[in-house]
Amino acid sequence: MSKILAADDSASMRQMVTFTLKGAGFDVTEAVDGVDALSKAKSGAFDLVLSDVNMPNMDGIELVKNLRALPNYKFTPILMLTTESGTDRKMAGKEAGATGWIVKPFNPEQLLSTIKRVLD
Amino acid sequence: MTTQNPKKAQATDMTNEEAQALVESHGEDQYLTFVMDDEEYGVDILSVQEIRGWERATKIPNSPGYLKGVINLRGTIVPIVDLRIKFNLPKVDYTPVTVVIVLKLNFEAGERTVGIVVDAVSDVYSIGEDELKSSPDVSNKKNSQFIRGLATVNEKMVIILELSKLLDDDEIIRNIDEN
Amino acid sequence: MSIDLSQFHQVFFEESFEGLDIMESGLLELSPDAVNSDDINTIFRAAHSIKGGAGTFGFQLVSDFTHVVETLLDQYRAGSRPVTQSGVDLILESVDVLRALLQDLQAGSSPDTSASDALKKQFEIFLSAETEPEPSSYSEEQSSSQRVTPTQLESNPDSAGSDSGHWAIVFKPSADIVQTGNEPFRIIRELSELGTVSVQVQTDRLPEFTTLDPEQIFLYWHIQLYASCTKEVVLEVFEWVIDDSKVDIEWVTDQELVTVVDNQQTESTQESVMPATEAIGIDTVPDETTENQPGESQKSMDSKPVRAAAVETQSIRVSIDKIDSLINMVGELVITQSMLGQIGHDFSVDKLQRLQEGLMQLEQNTREMQESVMRIRMVPISFTFSRFPRLVRDIAKKLGKKINLQLLGENTELDKTVMEKIGDPLVHMVRNSMDHGIESPEQRLAHGKPAEGQLTLNAYHQGGYIVIEISDDGKGIDPQVIRKKAIQNGLIAEDEQLSDQQLQELIFHPGLSTAEAVSDLSGRGVGMDVVKRNIQELKGTVELVSKVGEGSLFRIKLPLTLSILDGQLLRLGDETFVLPLTSIIESIEVRREQVSTVAGETDVIVLRDEYVPVVRLYEVFNIEPVNKSLFDGIVVVVESANQKIGLHVDDLLAQQQVVIKSLDTNYKRIEGLSGATILGDGTVALIVDIAGLLNIVGDKIDQTSVAMKTAS
Repeated sequence: MSKILAADDSASMRQMVTFTLKGAGFDVTEAVDGVDALSKAKSGAFDLVLSDVNMPNMDGIELVKNLRALPNYKFTPILMLTTESGTDRKMAGKEAGATGWIVKPFNPEQLLSTIKRVLD
Repeated sequence: MTTQNPKKAQATDMTNEEAQALVESHGEDQYLTFVMDDEEYGVDILSVQEIRGWERATKIPNSPGYLKGVINLRGTIVPIVDLRIKFNLPKVDYTPVTVVIVLKLNFEAGERTVGIVVDAVSDVYSIGEDELKSSPDVSNKKNSQFIRGLATVNEKMVIILELSKLLDDDEIIRNIDEN
Repeated sequence: MSIDLSQFHQVFFEESFEGLDIMESGLLELSPDAVNSDDINTIFRAAHSIKGGAGTFGFQLVSDFTHVVETLLDQYRAGSRPVTQSGVDLILESVDVLRALLQDLQAGSSPDTSASDALKKQFEIFLSAETEPEPSSYSEEQSSSQRVTPTQLESNPDSAGSDSGHWAIVFKPSADIVQTGNEPFRIIRELSELGTVSVQVQTDRLPEFTTLDPEQIFLYWHIQLYASCTKEVVLEVFEWVIDDSKVDIEWVTDQELVTVVDNQQTESTQESVMPATEAIGIDTVPDETTENQPGESQKSMDSKPVRAAAVETQSIRVSIDKIDSLINMVGELVITQSMLGQIGHDFSVDKLQRLQEGLMQLEQNTREMQESVMRIRMVPISFTFSRFPRLVRDIAKKLGKKINLQLLGENTELDKTVMEKIGDPLVHMVRNSMDHGIESPEQRLAHGKPAEGQLTLNAYHQGGYIVIEISDDGKGIDPQVIRKKAIQNGLIAEDEQLSDQQLQELIFHPGLSTAEAVSDLSGRGVGMDVVKRNIQELKGTVELVSKVGEGSLFRIKLPLTLSILDGQLLRLGDETFVLPLTSIIESIEVRREQVSTVAGETDVIVLRDEYVPVVRLYEVFNIEPVNKSLFDGIVVVVESANQKIGLHVDDLLAQQQVVIKSLDTNYKRIEGLSGATILGDGTVALIVDIAGLLNIVGDKIDQTSVAMKTAS
């Protein structure tokens, strides 16, 4: 069972993501911001990290940079959940080392198909 | 349902009022009796919540002497009244058999749970309403307001209590204190 | 797979309301002259989350409206537009509109969009006006967002409907592509899901083995994709890597194919031909994006009334520490249960002792859990107080008054239900104070007061009550004005003699306040009589202290039978008492030279520059103490209503949070006690009510203070 770390400061988004992914048989760990996600990433081995961009304490971009600096997460797929599909933020995510992005709003089916794309 | 209660089973063919009248005149109520100073007292068994051993109560400052304090009864605070003191009987030391009868009583201010300390629990009797005689003893005015009536069971006298004024009569407190 | 998104709606609404509160308080603190980027970021993030959530959960209306708000905030955040008061006001208004929209949606009714439409226009005008360097990135983003793709798909002239050709793709990834977690093989596999794929790997970029960096990719691929899909669909597969990889996609006819393949074969290895998934597979992706999204949002709106019951379910936000303590207790309960289980498994009489211990432990666990669960209902009054900064700001503006609002005791906890019911009366009283109490700046200056009026909301625990005070430094309530009105309205006879206090309290009389309801603010609908009735319904009281020219103070007292208190346990003789920690100033061991006796009976200790009368708690409570001398034991200095007294007790014990249980549930209220609590060992400890205690010993203290004054 693939392990996924999902970071989002919005409780409803976290619930939705967790519900969807658990329903599809993934093992999901939630994090409420970048700092939380980073510490959870360090203490567990995840096959994929999903992260919101705009989060308090540490945003998604910083999180990706920090994760990529860890030997265990050098090649791990990291997907950004973002509403900012067009522009600089997306590029900033890429430059930081994100694998790709899922554009909000998305529905559970889209989320799942994207995840499966990366993890299958 | 009706078979569980013979009184009601008899009453099925009557009007409510007739049935009520029957229950009131011929109905028997059960009483839990206890002993204090060689007298036997009874309380309506439906008001009895539980019987427990005496345990130390937390004293309430500046409260009347009959109030032994409050205890924790599954999370609610319940006052404990020493009925001997309340009834102005000679005090005795509490022993391991001293019991507290926890009663749910209807006071003017609403339903209250109160524990009474008595010497020992005695028996359970069924006593008909018509067997209850009003108390002939008017000399002890202080206690008469707590007495609903007297009944004779097995040639013994049982004092049936009416405790809805157990807590809320300040005059009694003062009288007892003076004594 | 179909997931009912409505199950997440409640959480979404709650966090959105919280987000709006955050926006509101952030905006209120935002001063255009000194903008703090952290503050703007916080506000932006809140708006952003609402937009994202609303879009995801099918509230397009909210998402669209929030978008314009977010656009303005983004410009503020990026510094591309200076922050102005009018802009801040506009965003504040949008907070109200959003709140109303969300409330409607939460209630399952279709929202009234007139306000949001109008405000959205205002935003658009605002955004297009003034010097804007360029349309914001946000507008671009909206138009290029995923939802539009399918439309492009349908009308795309590139659309290759025939199978007489294929897509020829050259995919040269950047060397460090895998370090972003992107796996080239995955991309090729995805292409294979669009149709039949033929792939040739190109190895000519491979360096010498000795210089090979295994973390880099030197291979690249030529791919032929036989699929009747648009170029956009193919591009979408490369979406995440296209910026740093070289991707060429060209449509070639079959004739060309042969050439290409021939050419390729000379220099490459035929690697694999992947089977095509069903051609329908191509269409399912766009289908989801085109139809599901608007469709689902429509569906969720339509089916709202059916789920009305679920929507109405109230929920409560609980702090983590309360949950943690509950979890700890459940943990203990499980241990007790397994211990009892073991005893019961092969029971013998010699285990009776352990069984009894286990049962006692179970009883304690259960009790503690009951209390913890009750604590969950307790919420800080800040939930109610937080709406006032905005309210006061808006009303002050309307009235042309300058008012500074001070909030105190925001962390005072009370039962959630009580809090919800006290909200409206509080709003009314605050309006009342602003409208009738605090004067205009000119009037204030003329009376020698600062132009800015002071309005204070203060909450604290006292006895078994929560007290909420609303005080102002306005003109106060003139008893003679009230008297005149009361006579006019026939409430009192012309020759009736009433004290000033009695006259002032007539404002709670229905006959007076409704007749008085003329102002467009506090007179709106309800009068002070309604306020009083609401408070009485909560079994509370409201008092009024008012001095002409100096201001008014309304004191609301509400019972909190479920309340929690941070308590200091103390010992007095054989008994344990609890003091509210908040009332304790300090605890001292008294030295002889600190004490002097006044008026022959009351001891007074000198504490720094103050004289503090000392009350022997054992005397007040009529308890046999361990220590009768002030120099043994401890003196706890407490304060209530600006009066300090020292309480002489035997010893201080632990500090802990206790649940206040009322004594009058089964007995009656006792002066000097606010209730009782149950300690960890199951025994009852009484909670001392400092205010009540001061009443009991009040006369003595008063004499002492008089004596102290005459002495000094």
